[in-house]
Amino acid sequence: MTFNKSKTVKWGEEPKLGWREAMYLPAIASGLATALRHVFAGKTTTRQYPEVEPVIPPNYRGVHRLNRDEEGRVKCVACYMCQTACPANCIEIIASPAPKDDPYWKDRDKFPQTFTIDELRCIYCGMCEEACPVDAIELTSIYDLTGYTRKELVFDKEKLLSIYDATSKTGKDPVRTNRGALGPASEEAATASQGPPPPGRGSHG
Amino acid sequence: MAKVTVNDIEVDADAKDNCILAARRAGVEIPHYCWHEALSVVASCRMCLVEVGEKKPDGTVVMGPKLVPGCQTPVKDGTIIRTDSAKVKTAQQMTLELLLLNHPLDCSICDQAGECYLQDYTFKYGNAASRLDEPKIQRMDKYHIGEQIALFTDRCVMCTRCVRFTREISGTAELQVTSRGSHEEIDVFPDTPCDNKLAGNVVDLCPVGALCSKDFLYKKRVWWLKSASSVCTGCSTGCSIHVDQNEEKVYRLRPRDNPLAQGHFMCDDGRFGFKYIHDERRLQKPKLADAFASAASSNNLSKMNSYGDLKFADPWVDVLSFTRSKIKEAIKADARGFVAVLSPFMSVEEAYLLASYLKSMDKRVRLVLGCVPVVGSDDKYPKGPKGESPTAGKVKFTIRSEKCPNRLGVEAILRHFEGELVTLDQAVARADATAWYFVGGYNLGWVTESIDRAVGKPSLLIVQDIFASPLSERADIVLAASTFAERDGTYVNHSGLAQAARGAVRCPGDARADGRILMELTERKGLFNAMTLRKEIGMVVPSLKALADGDLGEYGVKISTAREPLYS
Repeated sequence: MTFNKSKTVKWGEEPKLGWREAMYLPAIASGLATALRHVFAGKTTTRQYPEVEPVIPPNYRGVHRLNRDEEGRVKCVACYMCQTACPANCIEIIASPAPKDDPYWKDRDKFPQTFTIDELRCIYCGMCEEACPVDAIELTSIYDLTGYTRKELVFDKEKLLSIYDATSKTGKDPVRTNRGALGPASEEAATASQGPPPPGRGSHG
Repeated sequence: MAKVTVNDIEVDADAKDNCILAARRAGVEIPHYCWHEALSVVASCRMCLVEVGEKKPDGTVVMGPKLVPGCQTPVKDGTIIRTDSAKVKTAQQMTLELLLLNHPLDCSICDQAGECYLQDYTFKYGNAASRLDEPKIQRMDKYHIGEQIALFTDRCVMCTRCVRFTREISGTAELQVTSRGSHEEIDVFPDTPCDNKLAGNVVDLCPVGALCSKDFLYKKRVWWLKSASSVCTGCSTGCSIHVDQNEEKVYRLRPRDNPLAQGHFMCDDGRFGFKYIHDERRLQKPKLADAFASAASSNNLSKMNSYGDLKFADPWVDVLSFTRSKIKEAIKADARGFVAVLSPFMSVEEAYLLASYLKSMDKRVRLVLGCVPVVGSDDKYPKGPKGESPTAGKVKFTIRSEKCPNRLGVEAILRHFEGELVTLDQAVARADATAWYFVGGYNLGWVTESIDRAVGKPSLLIVQDIFASPLSERADIVLAASTFAERDGTYVNHSGLAQAARGAVRCPGDARADGRILMELTERKGLFNAMTLRKEIGMVVPSLKALADGDLGEYGVKISTAREPLYS
């Protein structure tokens, strides 16, 4: 298949250098001038970290957390979308059928038995967050991740849930959306409905 | 032959084809849920609605005024099928919208996601938006449908494939539709769960995620499974199967359509009977009896495999060279007393490697056929109302009593090299063997007490098997071998159909595929390659001439169909 270049791609040309630019002296002079201007401006830009912590923008992609649903259970439904999307292969989930006899789990079919993220292998691209149909996995603004061993930084489900408990209430990392039990597609009819939305697959036993 | 025009593509269709099959010949897909090649036509899902017309002999084209279900409409000479008109596309969108009306859209937790026809067809033919303005009907999941089957009721599209399967193929008729209209549900009668020997097939038949296998439930997402074309080794029917694995673990077996072998289905014994390949009790490494071990490993260091500066001990190097020298010794001492037992679980290639090797050393070495496990009698389907077997000619599926995949193939090799067929029982009865080479590979214990006693303590006992047995316990040499999922090879089924099976996973621990063991034991050049060996066998063994092509194709090839039943 051939594409019409002029229509699909905007082509830019590198500007031609004249003799003045080719000497590079004007560029060096202007660079020096900028440096000197900052030297005598009397304004320091050194950050006093860790005494003064930087302000992290809300879209910063830091350490992961696993959100909880209204009942306090792990919100993740173990669909493996994050593990599939992860380019660094750092997520590992083992799914299990939810215990049917337990009233606490009765409206859930599947849940993650284990959920581990290797925080050292992770490249913090945010693909897992994008892929999650129920917004169970989110990246927080925690940037100062340290540990003594590599093993310590392989976070399991409990650890990831504890990060949720620690960050969701501080106001810094609010839960961003509130997608329901099975993702946006399953909610379409519910949002269109005049009456109250059905409670996920609530009546399943 | 009937000339049919599908979307302006002219094809020669069979006169028995319906529109779906005729379109398939033209490379055009007509989406369908309820229709299945092996089942009767009900035309209930309305997914395959197409425009059908006719080209009159005088050249004029007359299209029918209404859309017709493609599954129910036979073709004839001059039939014209249109699947790409606006009318058809609108019908497809509306059908899908209706099927999805009460569907929970819980793809995120549905096991079928990734191989679901609702997903695929919605993507290809559907309209993404739903106009439903009411809460969806929710229904209870039914975990009581069968021992291996769970029904997620609200995912069902009421294609009734499963119902028709139990009525037409298994004949057991456990499943039926209850209620009417939008309250229709699949269900079983109380206390009669769907537990027949073919029940697992309804999970494959279900085009959506309504019927799920409890065995596979939530074990793995299907897009991570890699599939190898293989052959079920559970019985001599030799069903064509897919072996689905991920990271060296087999998760499920699925039937592979093969009109020459078994059709579309497979039995639950085979489907769920693969667990033994991951059994922890498998033999994990080759073993020498203590008396030999020290002698063989005295110069172990020199035999280490090395890659650059990296050195590691390969347990097989010593064992195989030692085995080879022991075999030579034993044959030199008493060639007539050396008996090799070839099991019907071996592939044709492996049997050939071992037989040709031993016979090339001495013609007097005896080759015998190992135990052929037979359990009960052939189990034929569809069953009658009282569970009786169908009359001849009405049989749609048979689970055979001979529980091994390759008796005919091994027999052909044995007849060629030995001239006559000697069974293990006969060889044991003569009680003149001084050295034994046993090949096992059985999925269940096979060393009976009488065999154990008759073998006694010979001067040399070599056992090539997957599980420990009384024989392997006291064997001089144990070669840890492989199951069907771990090796390439050819199996010849009850009717003389030779099918190629591909390995899917690696052997556990230091165990090795039988073909690889035998290639190295017999000092052949190169690696084990089933196709090359098939070509060689086809030239050497006249009765297996059909293998000479090497490539057996998707369905396999028939070798001579002459059959002498060992057990009638």
